[in-house]
Amino acid sequence: MIAYDLVIVGGGPAGLAAAVSAKENGVDSILILERENRLGGILNQCIHNGFGLHTFQEELTGTEYAYRYIQKVKELGIDYKVSAFVTDINVQKQITAAVRGEGLLEVQANAIILAMGCRERSRGALNIAGTRPAGIFSAGTAQYFVNVLGIMPGKEVVILGSGDIGLIMARRMTLEGAHVKCVAEILPKSGGLQRNIVQCLEDYDIPLRLSHTVIEIHGEKRLTGVTLAAVDEKLKSIPGTEEYIPCDTLLLSVGLIPENELTRQLPVTMLPETKGPKVDAGMQTDLPGVFACGNVVRVYDLVDNVSAAAVVAGRSAAEYLRE
Amino acid sequence: MVNCMRDVIIIGAGVVGASVARALSAYQADVLVLEKECEMCMGTSKANSALVHAGFDAKPGSRKAEFNVSGSRMMEQLCRELDVPYSRDGALVLAFSEEEKGVLQELYDRGVKNGVNEMEILDAEAVKSLEPHVSDRVAGALYAGSAALVCPFLLTTALCENAYVNGVEFAFEEEVTGIEKMTDASGKVAGYQIQTPKASYQARCVINCAGVYADTLHNMVSSRKYHITPVRGEYCLLDRSEGGLVQHTLFRVPSAKGKGVLVTRTVHGNILLGPTAEPGNDKESTATTAKGLERVLAETKDMVNDIDVGKVITSFAGLRAHEDGGDFVIGVAEDAPCFYDALGIESPGLSAAPAIGCFLAELVSGENGFAKKPSEDFHPYRKGIPAFARMSNEERNDVIRSNPAYGNIICRCEEITEGEILEAIRRPLGARTLDGIKRRVRAGMGRCQSGFCMPKLTEILARELGQELTDITKSGEGSRILEKESRRKSDDSI
Repeated sequence: MIAYDLVIVGGGPAGLAAAVSAKENGVDSILILERENRLGGILNQCIHNGFGLHTFQEELTGTEYAYRYIQKVKELGIDYKVSAFVTDINVQKQITAAVRGEGLLEVQANAIILAMGCRERSRGALNIAGTRPAGIFSAGTAQYFVNVLGIMPGKEVVILGSGDIGLIMARRMTLEGAHVKCVAEILPKSGGLQRNIVQCLEDYDIPLRLSHTVIEIHGEKRLTGVTLAAVDEKLKSIPGTEEYIPCDTLLLSVGLIPENELTRQLPVTMLPETKGPKVDAGMQTDLPGVFACGNVVRVYDLVDNVSAAAVVAGRSAAEYLRE
Repeated sequence: MVNCMRDVIIIGAGVVGASVARALSAYQADVLVLEKECEMCMGTSKANSALVHAGFDAKPGSRKAEFNVSGSRMMEQLCRELDVPYSRDGALVLAFSEEEKGVLQELYDRGVKNGVNEMEILDAEAVKSLEPHVSDRVAGALYAGSAALVCPFLLTTALCENAYVNGVEFAFEEEVTGIEKMTDASGKVAGYQIQTPKASYQARCVINCAGVYADTLHNMVSSRKYHITPVRGEYCLLDRSEGGLVQHTLFRVPSAKGKGVLVTRTVHGNILLGPTAEPGNDKESTATTAKGLERVLAETKDMVNDIDVGKVITSFAGLRAHEDGGDFVIGVAEDAPCFYDALGIESPGLSAAPAIGCFLAELVSGENGFAKKPSEDFHPYRKGIPAFARMSNEERNDVIRSNPAYGNIICRCEEITEGEILEAIRRPLGARTLDGIKRRVRAGMGRCQSGFCMPKLTEILARELGQELTDITKSGEGSRILEKESRRKSDDSI
């Protein structure tokens, strides 16, 4: 077992900013554990701009935003391990990670910052009726295929949910030559940022169908179409408003869920409304010495705000370690 | 292309065909399995309640009763030989009124007649102490200790793998479109000619394990006509976080409306709710319906408190092959010698499969003179793919050091490593599709439903099969994940 003062679980925007903040506040012994094979988290697939207006007072792409933090982590000499998947965490602040090519890594920490981020809600969670063909993707999965692997998931696209990733992907798919037929939003108002509605939908004449949802999925092997319907105030579909839309791809942008499977291994109070741990003003959970920041606590609109919360978590962890 | 004459052709690689193939692989016979899909376990076997029923349900004296009870007795040993998870959790049939309580005794008596052991009628208090989440309206229950959980995907895959290792051949994407009797000079049936779009096959014996299509195949060679109605059953699956909700499989007392829904753990620790029972005409239609899913949730919530709809991770539907006569049809066709049926295998088909397999293997071998292989030529044991998620830290350390791919976790939700995925692809009759990987090692089976791992699985499969990313499918032909014509930016174009 190796020992560090501070172990940060997750090397995305929250974990990176927390590490930099802790270091700048005097913590020398820090280890970041990242499950993917590079630091940066989901920003690595966000090649669009709009990041950093608050943090850096300039407009960056997601990858540039991540790069600045990764550089800072490297300059400050903060230890990190990639391809390190944390499997266990306990109340004695012992962390076990499976590390590619190495085996299990066991670390004793004096303080922990949880920064595991969030995941997208899936089709299954919506319980949409119909078949289960290929061609249904969460918006983030499609974004990975298009931006990282350089391959399109399909040509004729319907997007369900007007979260920011859905809006961004409507534009991205269009720019790559797909035909985005509409973005359907079950609520009377989009949950996405106004600038994304304008820049990603209106600028490309992509219809936003408010108070509409997909009620059925068609196609045995590959998606052939969806049934769209209007919904009432109780979000129930209104009979007679069904409309069949042929498409080969359905992207889902229907909400994000903080990834707290590890947090639940600890005696930490979870809040049902955020699906994240309860934290104080210093981002400390009710288990002393365990902090949390970023989308693992609650889902943020802007990465800049994630970084800001992570700065607080890093500072608080430094204070905790000094005491 | 016409292939040489074989001893036996089995049609269908579901759990029944696989059980027959594995049982026959203990005999000296030249056996081929034809499967219309690209992998095994793609029909009824892949979407059911995943239960080994105790056997009190079926009418005494029926084929269902006989094969259910004997199959259920064989299952544990079979799962041990094939290294497939099996868990004898026991079942409770819940009664919610005095009238329903009366039915419990009927079920108990029927169970006794069918040869079911370990049954007991419990009062409401005993039920609540066993299952605290059961509705307070519960009036009593029949307990059946021999009911168990099994994974139908792993069982079917393991049976096929083991049959293959013991010499059975498999041909996938071979849909049988015609069967004709072949006669010798004296007019006696000498075998069958089987047609698929790709080839023509000949065999002395045919074993029809074609699920919902078994009637069509049987009717091609016999004047005794059967008719199968596909009965759709819809299910919802809950996250493993809910696995503690129930400890036993919970049924309701059957009513005039049918068997009703159940609430059960799965052998992997999820909670399964369902099924509905909707007879239809379409033998391919496994779509769920809003109404059906609503019914599943409403009826299970009526039985069990604290079912959290927010924890549904997927819903699905399967088709059961219901024959008009209501019983399994197992044995040789009346006017088609050496044509054997396993037809109308609906519930409790999974429980019965091991017994059906052994019965047909013995029958076919006896009638056609196939001798048992010497014991050194039949290997009943098969090792499963070691599951990282279920290993101790010590075992994890060892496995990562000896196989670095085990240190690369691909599916976050189920903690499935690249090592397991590679083995799922590289084994005999290995995975060829994303669904094939999912059914063998559970990658993509968790709460994110492959949101994170789909691109990685696609990459691994393409690399292993020597294909383009755009060739990879979810479940075989017609189900490509990605757009075939999409441009792939090469590095130098950036």
